[in-house]
Parts: sequence; C-alpha cells; structure tokens
Amino acid sequence: MTLSAYLIVSSILFGLAIAGMVINRKNLILLLMCIELMLLSVNTNFIAFSHFSGNLQGQLFVFFILTVAAAEATIGLAILMVFFRRQHTISVQEMNSLKG
Amino acid sequence: MLLQQVVFYFFAISLIFSASMVIFSRNPVTSALFLVYSFFNSAILWMMLNAEFLSLVLIFVYVGAVMTLFLFVVMMLNIDTETLRKGFIKHAVLAVGVVIVVLVLMMMAIWTGNLAGLPDIQAPANYSNTHALGNELYTHYVYAFELSAMLLLVAIISAISLSHHKPKRKTQNISSQVDAKPKDRVHLINMSSEKKV
Repeated sequence: MTLSAYLIVSSILFGLAIAGMVINRKNLILLLMCIELMLLSVNTNFIAFSHFSGNLQGQLFVFFILTVAAAEATIGLAILMVFFRRQHTISVQEMNSLKG
Repeated sequence: MLLQQVVFYFFAISLIFSASMVIFSRNPVTSALFLVYSFFNSAILWMMLNAEFLSLVLIFVYVGAVMTLFLFVVMMLNIDTETLRKGFIKHAVLAVGVVIVVLVLMMMAIWTGNLAGLPDIQAPANYSNTHALGNELYTHYVYAFELSAMLLLVAIISAISLSHHKPKRKTQNISSQVDAKPKDRVHLINMSSEKKV
C-alpha cells in the first residue's frame, strides 16, 4: 500500500471525529469519544510516516501519545462523574456555573 | 501484494464505518462499543505498517482499560439522551460543511505532497519491533519515559481525588475513647418519686 492510502484513511477518520464533535456538541461523553477518534487518526498518521520513512521516532511518539491520552481520558471521565453528581446532566450547555 | 490490498481496503472501510457509527448511534453504549471496534480495525492497519508492539498495546491498554472505563461511566450515569440530541439535524448541516472544508484541505496536502516515491518496505522475518522500540526508548528517550510514568501517577492521584466520595466512615477514634469520663456517659438525675393520684 502507498503512504497516501493510509493518510487518506486517517484524514477521513479525523473529519468524522470533527463532525461528531459538531453534531453531538451537547453530549460530553460523546465529545470525549470523538477526541479518542481524533487521537487514533493522528496516531495512524504518525505510524504511517514512521513506516514509510524508515525510522522509529514516529512510533515512539505514538507511545507517548497513548500514555497522555490514557491520562486525559481518565481525568476527563473523573471530571464528568463529578459534574454529573452535581448537576444530574452531562450537557455541555449546563456547564456555566463559573460564568461571571 | 493483492492480499495485502484486500486486507487494507476491508479494514479501512470497516474502520470508517465504525467511526461513523460512533457518531451517529443513538445510545452511548453502542457508541462506546463501536469505538472499541474501530480500535481493533486500526490496530490491524498498524500491524500492516510493522508496528506490532503499538497495535497490541492499543488493544490491550486502550480496549482493555480505557474503553472499559468509558463503558463503566456510560452505564453508571443515567443519561437522558433525547434532550441531548436536540438540534441534531441543524448541527448536521454545519458538520457536513466543516468536514468538507477539513477534508479538502487535507486531500490537497496529500496530493501536492509528492509522497508516491516512498517505498513500502516490509521488515525481514527476524525483525523484532518490540526489541527495536525498546532499544530506542531506553537509549534516547529515558527521561521522557520516566516523565510519562510520573504523568500516569499524577493522573491516578487526580482521578481518585476527584471522584472519591468523602464517606462517613464508622471507625474508632481512640483518643476520644481514652479521654471519655464517666460523667460524659452517664447522667444521674435527682427526681422526686411520683405520687399515685
């Protein structure tokens, strides 16, 4: 397969993730899932470039991205739980209690 | 070569299908399960790119841990999805516009990038991706590796401290037990006896 094929797949995936963020903009948990999809497409890009240019730096970067993404998902879900316990909804529109 | 193309196109189409099901499905549990499916598909694409270690890590760590966490949270929260989906069609029009702009930009970058010359070299049979990755990681990126371990520790502590209830524990308070005097426990009252009416 060519590099362009992988890049096209990952850019379609990124576009779908952006569409999901625009469509489901009220549902916080789907926003987190769309962020995961975006990270997946970016990681696919990194691995494709790493394979076709023949060095391992891209794969190492994906390793660190996976670490940071796991931390981000955990803290995001914890914040979501606290928010749901307080407001009994996960709508992003309700997140305005810090508004001046 | 043909088999490789068949596998690539099958899993790429399957990946895009499952990603769109993540977005469009009505139930958040279905979305989470399709997200798991898209992780599996892209793990196979990564496997075709000779990134065996990362594709297995994606399945073990991501599907095994992070997506399980997602599913737990989705099932624990009692989400009213219908009010959250208000304005779906109105937003869908905007979404299509945004996606077209983004895709056109990316496709232009890919077409004009002159990427066709790079060869798809499959690794020899005795190549160990894990070995090479570990060699590179512990030679040049030791500090980043330790730092990511610290980051995970910080994430654990913050997640627990955020979501931990302060429970009313039924524990002994030994110093207050030792300090207790008899007059704190028993009250003797002088009371005149009742007379029969």
